[in-house]
Amino acid sequence: MTTLSFTLVVWTVATVAGFLGALTGLGGGVVVVPVLTLALGVDIKYAIGASLVSVIATSSGAAAAYVREGYSNIRIGMLLEIAATIGAILGAYLAGFTSTHIIAIIFGLVLIQSAYQSLRNSAPEADHPTLSDRLGTIFKLGGDYPLGGKRQEYGVQNVPAGFGLMFGAGALSGLLGIGSGAVKVIAMDRAMKIPFKVSTTTSNFMIGVTAAASAGVYLSRGYIDPRVSMPVMLGVLAGAFLGTKVLVRVNVRTLRVVFGSVVLLLAIEMIVNGILGKI
Amino acid sequence: MTDQRLETLIGNLLRAGVLLAAAIVLGGGVLFLLQHGADKAAYHTFAAGGSDTRTLAGIFHSASRLQSEGLIQLGLLLLIATPVARVVLAVAGFALERDRMYVVISTLVLAILVFSLLHAT
Repeated sequence: MTTLSFTLVVWTVATVAGFLGALTGLGGGVVVVPVLTLALGVDIKYAIGASLVSVIATSSGAAAAYVREGYSNIRIGMLLEIAATIGAILGAYLAGFTSTHIIAIIFGLVLIQSAYQSLRNSAPEADHPTLSDRLGTIFKLGGDYPLGGKRQEYGVQNVPAGFGLMFGAGALSGLLGIGSGAVKVIAMDRAMKIPFKVSTTTSNFMIGVTAAASAGVYLSRGYIDPRVSMPVMLGVLAGAFLGTKVLVRVNVRTLRVVFGSVVLLLAIEMIVNGILGKI
Repeated sequence: MTDQRLETLIGNLLRAGVLLAAAIVLGGGVLFLLQHGADKAAYHTFAAGGSDTRTLAGIFHSASRLQSEGLIQLGLLLLIATPVARVVLAVAGFALERDRMYVVISTLVLAILVFSLLHAT
């Protein structure tokens, strides 16, 4: 394959991945990395480097839209970023010492979790406490968000558990070049009892900062290769832009089932190839 | 200025940064394809590139000579800088609110980011 056709194929794949990633909220990286490695035979280190920069592009590019909605909580994001960025640097270091087979298998397991989250019926809104516990109060984490034309107050609980989960989310992000948005939302929504909308928008802010923490290590190791990153970044960005434009017009439920099934198939292939030593 | 308006301003700045980064990457990409489009694509085994694509000084040097791969990396560096800028602006915002605890917390996050980027020097 010539460089020109490789670039065009990768750009097309990345555009579709960015489009579906924006529609389903799972991000483009979870599709780009397996397709690059499985279908195009690209070394997984180039793939995770390219994925990492596209994660930053979608996070920063969407910031304005999320601010407008008025949900994100910068204090929560910033406090948890201490854990996530340290985890990310550790994960990025580990990526250098971990064999590509192991990285592929871990990636597959994370994909299964993403597929599960996409396929399962959306859980009913859990009961959200309006008061914070002791640490949540000390760190001034509570806030309010728009709900039915009014401002609904919420409290924040279990800060240490959320902090620990964020460290794990950061480590996965650094190891695999993904945003780890799913784990971040679980940490905030389930562990810290933060309302879902606040969790997802704060997660978008955090994803870019966490990815930037791995970027220095990735860059110095040569994972962020211009020839592979260029079509991936431009494609994911274009796809994500299109995705936010059509978001209101498609049946997201059906889409999530299709996307979840594709991700599940990719997950199985990643794990099998990792075990057989083909990646 | 209210919190919400400040946040909106920051959000728009970030988007402008991303668009500028994408434009530089696109420019470098077109140049790269004009020069190397007919080469055989070989990405099956990982091989770290030279310092021109891996260190800050190398990237600036290569981009200043309008080399295609250096230009792409310059665009990607600008992109990586957008979340870092976001944290810098948060430090400033908390300082304006005289929220010492969060000035410290966001400065700590900034220090961790700078520590990581020092790897690429």
